[in-house]
Amino acid sequence: MSDVVLHGGLILLILSLAVMTVVTRDTFAAITAFVVYGMLLGLAWVALGSIDVALTEAALGSGITGALLLRAAVCLRDKEAAAEVRRPGRAAHRVSGLVCAAIAAGLAAMVLMLPDPAPSLAPAVMESLPATQVKNPVTGVLLAFRAWDTFLETVVLVLALVAVWGMTPDALWGGRPGELRQHAHDGPLVFLARVLPPVGVMLGIYLFWIGADEPGGKFQGGTILAAMWMLTLLAGLTDAPPVSRRWLRAAMVAGPATFLLAGLSGVVFASGLFAYPPGFAKPVILLIEAASTVSIGVTLCLLAIGPPSRPANR
Amino acid sequence: MNTTEWFGIAAALLIGLGLYGILTQPMLLRKIVSFNVLGSGVFLMFGVIARRGAAAGLTGDPVPHAFVITGIVVAFSASALAVTMALKLHEDTGESAFPEGEDATAPDNPDEDKA
Amino acid sequence: MSLALDIFTVVMVVAGLFFFYAGSIGMLRFPTVESRLHALTKADNLSVGFIALGVMPQMAEATDALKLLLAWALILFSSAAASQLIAIAARRNRRRDP
Repeated sequence: MSDVVLHGGLILLILSLAVMTVVTRDTFAAITAFVVYGMLLGLAWVALGSIDVALTEAALGSGITGALLLRAAVCLRDKEAAAEVRRPGRAAHRVSGLVCAAIAAGLAAMVLMLPDPAPSLAPAVMESLPATQVKNPVTGVLLAFRAWDTFLETVVLVLALVAVWGMTPDALWGGRPGELRQHAHDGPLVFLARVLPPVGVMLGIYLFWIGADEPGGKFQGGTILAAMWMLTLLAGLTDAPPVSRRWLRAAMVAGPATFLLAGLSGVVFASGLFAYPPGFAKPVILLIEAASTVSIGVTLCLLAIGPPSRPANR
Repeated sequence: MNTTEWFGIAAALLIGLGLYGILTQPMLLRKIVSFNVLGSGVFLMFGVIARRGAAAGLTGDPVPHAFVITGIVVAFSASALAVTMALKLHEDTGESAFPEGEDATAPDNPDEDKA
Repeated sequence: MSLALDIFTVVMVVAGLFFFYAGSIGMLRFPTVESRLHALTKADNLSVGFIALGVMPQMAEATDALKLLLAWALILFSSAAASQLIAIAARRNRRRDP
């Protein structure tokens, strides 16, 4: 009974925020609604029993995505009226509405007709999990059973950053991303950027470390590290490094490179590509996770602040 | 009635809403935001399927959970790239939306060459 | 003992909900950005504190209870700073177009 009230209320809130996100005319208001929507979606993931996904959704899907979208909204602030001219006519709105309602209805019907009993890989995962020596089944799936997917995904992050940097004007290549900030008058921001990062960095490392056995892992931990770096950049306490710096590039590829080396070593020391030597699975997984946490933190922050926008020598 | 199914229906509605935003919002940035709503609806549907597959003492099937975590990260990468392209378009042409129909020849489009 | 702790939890959480309610009404009804921020941050920080304190005895381990305390401290810091920043931005906007 309490589930009905709690989950029903949560779903109503999520749906109304989604409507606000999609139809509100003011872009800033829409993005604010989107951030709150993401936070509540995190609660929905808790209700659906996955703390791992809830952490990722709240930190990355809502938090850092929100920061990225707000940065763009500020740049495009004066363009809203101009774009409004391009709004499709009433008839196009109606047709789109009908098509989307039909798609939603079809998907809803499919959800209600899902096979019962539901197919599940949970027993298979729990049966093989002891071999990986980690206790968090999601980490087991990410780092052992579907390691190939997860490896490619860490590569996708780096490729996306390369593509973002590819849009740098020629004159600024090798320069620093973001704008230089000297916000002496934003005292509260500077204060926050001094107090929060020590706790945040500890929390990020904790989430990575606990991820082997409890909800958490490199994505959640790395996201918090990225957020802390963004905070210090925003407050002007640190300056973004020029993208040509070698240490920066090394930090970006440390995770995928460690992952690949560990995967290749499986050919020699274990039964094949991305197989871990029996008895050493946990140290190898922790090594990959540690390197990936750093890479994910660096890459996510750089993705959010965009391509170089000013020369390296200030 | 099981509340898991409610989340499934909500996920279907979120997908429809996101698609509606992509189709009707003129500003590219708003299309990207709507794309994220659509994506989170798809993820939520994965969550419902995972929840239905709860077994072996777990609250859900961990395989779809792992997919969703990688999915959220990839969706962010795609959004970051899309935002960068939208800002680049604005920087180069002053546009914040796709020129369409007769608007494609609007005077604020400097690349247009009408001979 | 456990009954007393349960009653403590219920009382604290109800108190927290009351302040959340009051803060939300303030945010909806107060006229200016500053007064709305005032209602929101004061009342909400208090209610998060009440709820964190109330739920602490229900935790299985002492470290979990400490994590709740840390979460409250983090919320205090970030919401205090965020409300100041919003107020500064609001004042700046008013100066630009009065």
